[in-house]
Amino acid sequence: MVPFAGWEMPVQYTGVIPEHLAVRADAGAFDVSHMGQLHVEGPMTAEFLQGMLSNDLDRISDGEAQYTLLTNERGGIVDDLIVYRMRLGHYLLVVNAGNREAAYGWLKEREARGTEVRDASDEYALVAVQGPRSLERLDLADAPAFTHAMGEIDGVEVMVCRTGYTGEKGVELMCAADDAVALWDAVIARGVVPAGLGARDTLRLEVCYPLHGNDITQDTDAISAGLAWTCALDTDFTGADVLRRVKAEGPERRLAAFVMEEKAIPRPGMPIEGGGEVTSGTQSPSLDVGIGMGYVPVAQAAPDTELVIDVRGKLRRARVVKKPIYRKEQ
Amino acid sequence: MAASESYPDDLRYHPEHDWARIDGDEAVLGITWYAQDSLGELVLFDGPEVGVRVAKDGSYAEVESVKAVSDVVAPLSGEVLEVNQKAIDEPETVNEDPYGEGWLVRIRLADPGEADQLLDAGAYQAHIAEL
Repeated sequence: MVPFAGWEMPVQYTGVIPEHLAVRADAGAFDVSHMGQLHVEGPMTAEFLQGMLSNDLDRISDGEAQYTLLTNERGGIVDDLIVYRMRLGHYLLVVNAGNREAAYGWLKEREARGTEVRDASDEYALVAVQGPRSLERLDLADAPAFTHAMGEIDGVEVMVCRTGYTGEKGVELMCAADDAVALWDAVIARGVVPAGLGARDTLRLEVCYPLHGNDITQDTDAISAGLAWTCALDTDFTGADVLRRVKAEGPERRLAAFVMEEKAIPRPGMPIEGGGEVTSGTQSPSLDVGIGMGYVPVAQAAPDTELVIDVRGKLRRARVVKKPIYRKEQ
Repeated sequence: MAASESYPDDLRYHPEHDWARIDGDEAVLGITWYAQDSLGELVLFDGPEVGVRVAKDGSYAEVESVKAVSDVVAPLSGEVLEVNQKAIDEPETVNEDPYGEGWLVRIRLADPGEADQLLDAGAYQAHIAEL
């Protein structure tokens, strides 16, 4: 167990590698109750959030969800989050645990008349069930990604969200905090493998999902991070002017994904020759090779470019690859 | 699968979680059960070259798990005669059998008398009980 944003979190149950492989091959369960839930409600909420969040909120209807960024005036990222539209005038934001207070504070400070932001994080538990057999094990019918609906797992009422952080098919199940243990036990009783923070990190990195605090921060912008697709630059959200300029001029550096060509495991903070820096790195359990992401000057960001990473004083070669690093075999 | 916890009596131990199996003027070195368990599943062993001299209490290699990297400290001084290729090719061997198949290097001792400074199995277990 390790402390994480005020929570005691398991890094692993049986081991990062078996847990990782279980999610790729079958199904794994992650207790992600540490994540924050913010309710934003009131007649002016759609207009308010459209001005706060980078993606085009008008594109989702009731029962749908969207990956989006909470941005600052410099075009930096306060948090990346998923917004669920409950109904017009009521949205649920699921935010990173480490940014719960920052995101809540940011929105609360700017709260407009006709909308109210409420931190409801302590009211909910969240269990992510991910993997090709996750729906089958939970007896859930298939549904499009980024949708949500109320449902029930062995007597526990849950909001079933077709979202996740692993690149696999799966759901995130939100329930009342009091039902957390019942839900977890029900999921595990269905043969889903318990998985910890360690596997969550290796899984997300293989598919190049950014981790806030590592790959994206208050000081990095969405264009450089390769998240332009989450930015509706024709809407007027905070920092949109900065992002429009970065996009027009072209960013100076980009978040590139790479695979090691020599035996070495890249780690955050390691310098990349030419002025870059590793922001995430691990040994890929699926590919059995060192993988990572890092910011490099644009000239070094194209796929197939050779990078040289300073691994504790030893220079090790890596090659830039197209994202995602890991693709499911068809 | 990971081995179960043990600290064989025929080995000498360094407080930084390394063991030595001394045989005349040679020794085989590795990391203890406690070390591999703390690191978790090893995915990389970056060993020294044959012929390199290692110094007692100095780092001579790195072992790395998904989660963390750790220096491997030499319990004794000497010259590397052999590096365990199996530990390089299949680092998980160190988790599975830390005192057997998962040995790391074999060295020729520079000063066999250094062994007197190492811990026996009982003293090493008393040491880790306090960590």
